[in-house]
Amino acid sequence: MLRYISRRLLSILLSLFLIITATFFLMRAAPGGPFSGEKKLPPEIEKNLNEYYGLDRPWYEQYTDYLVSIAKWDFGPSFKYKGQTVNDLINEGFPVSFFLGMEALLLAVSLGILLGVIAALNHNKWQDYGAMIFAVLGISVPSFIMASLLQYVLAIKLGLFPVARWESLQHTVLPALALAATPMAFIARLTRSSMLEVLSNDYIRTAKAKGLSKGQITVKHAIRNALLPVVTYLGPLSAAVLTGSFVIEKIFGIPGLGSQFVLSISNRDYTTIMGVTVFYSILLLFSVLLVDIAYGLIDPRIKLAGGKKGE
Amino acid sequence: MQQLPKEMFQPASVDLSEAEKISKPSLSFWKDVSIRFRKNKLAMFGLVLLILLVFMAIFGPHMTKYDYSTNDLMNTNKPPSAEHWFGTDDLGRDIFTRTWYGARISLFIGLAAALIDLFIGVLWGGIAGFRGGRTDDVMMRIADILWAVPYLLLVILLMVVLGQGLGTMILAMTITGWINMARIVRGQVLQLKSQEYVLAAQTLGANTSRIMFKHLIPNAMGPILVTLTLSIPSAIFTEAFLSYLGLGVPQPLASWGTMASEGVQALQYYPWRLFFPATFICLTIFAFNVVGDGLRDALDPRLRK
Repeated sequence: MLRYISRRLLSILLSLFLIITATFFLMRAAPGGPFSGEKKLPPEIEKNLNEYYGLDRPWYEQYTDYLVSIAKWDFGPSFKYKGQTVNDLINEGFPVSFFLGMEALLLAVSLGILLGVIAALNHNKWQDYGAMIFAVLGISVPSFIMASLLQYVLAIKLGLFPVARWESLQHTVLPALALAATPMAFIARLTRSSMLEVLSNDYIRTAKAKGLSKGQITVKHAIRNALLPVVTYLGPLSAAVLTGSFVIEKIFGIPGLGSQFVLSISNRDYTTIMGVTVFYSILLLFSVLLVDIAYGLIDPRIKLAGGKKGE
Repeated sequence: MQQLPKEMFQPASVDLSEAEKISKPSLSFWKDVSIRFRKNKLAMFGLVLLILLVFMAIFGPHMTKYDYSTNDLMNTNKPPSAEHWFGTDDLGRDIFTRTWYGARISLFIGLAAALIDLFIGVLWGGIAGFRGGRTDDVMMRIADILWAVPYLLLVILLMVVLGQGLGTMILAMTITGWINMARIVRGQVLQLKSQEYVLAAQTLGANTSRIMFKHLIPNAMGPILVTLTLSIPSAIFTEAFLSYLGLGVPQPLASWGTMASEGVQALQYYPWRLFFPATFICLTIFAFNVVGDGLRDALDPRLRK
């Protein structure tokens, strides 16, 4: 177990190194300097700015500096917001995004599993078809369209929820739902197919022969085993929720890191784009690691320590 | 119990040639697959839908007298009518024409990204799987590390740096997009290369590339095809997502993604501007998904009755 984790950590570090290096050089190659705006800066000021941010030094010094500062969890200054660092932006925006993401995750997992189980238990009946039509819709509709439609119908037309902003728990319902829609559909499909497979196993028949009730069989024997593939989906799920947040936060006017990231893209605020990308990558790589470890703990058939991948 | 006289019994004919007769016409693998695919109503519906969409993408822009990029400032934001079948947008451009012109771009992006992924993936996965050993280890390790890079973040980053455009978008999508295909091809090749017909081909003196392209790849075609079909909608999805972030194809080009993201902003007053592109994005993704699922089911020998 320990060997497995250390090996994984090593490969995560390698990937991170690659990401940081790539972002660093990509941002240097990006068109326009960091201070090029509508107004042309006087050369003296630009020189001072360059000196202040260390941009006048050779690239390899800047590069090693960047690596060292990220190792110290310092993502550098924002070039567009004077006096703000990328760390400030992350500290401000991330708690909001985290809350929204967790709410969406919970919604996606609980509703997705519920739909999938209902569909599998009523295989080829109307409940099954209904749930699967719902799931196909969730997969086929891009998140920004889903979010705008939810906002338009439930908030503007029916007035059931606040239209936008981030104030009370009520404000979080629509964005969380919009964010959860696509992953929920994936989880529902995944749960359904693995439930169907599990339900055809011999031990389910044994449980039936013992005279257990349908509820007991479903909860105690079927669902527990059917949920294993869903656990593996949690890694991609966190990625989906994270990238989904860019769009959803922008639509609902939520002051999270996602909308900040989108703003920095349209502002071409290169240091912020770079810092947030690296931050997101660290987050995702570690959540995937956590999911893998959890999977090994839940399913004793998976041996984490020995063996190579794909065996 | 009734007594059965011996006369009632007749010897059954023991004709060995009869037993050897094949009662059903023999089916090749692909014929069998196509029969089972055609029995899947949902998948056939998806296929018909796709054919219709491609047809409209080719002929749709020529069905009206309008051009996809000509502004008509006297007729902005008109609802659907006999003049403009799908209405007009904020610059008075005909949405029907733009929708089908956008279909070309969206489908082109999807197809091009999927085909490039296919090409690199088959080559990379094929070589890694066939060579095995050290080569395989190194190649797949590289793929693993690239795979860990969050896909959409990398695409966004590349689009910011490379600038908006059709080519850069496809490049950004394929830079790590091929890995999935490479993994699937490698798995297939690993499984297939130890089969006897490969050994037979080797003994007959076939070289590596012949074994690869004549024997291994054709036999791995099933999973490759399914992956290909399912990677097209995800590329169309990514295109829409990038367009919404303002990183889509530049104006006046129209893709479904850019049209939908413009439509979202006008949803409250001019809902048709979102309705048409959004509907066709969803229909296309839906169609590719059900065709892909149908193909997977048809190719799965375990589901054969």
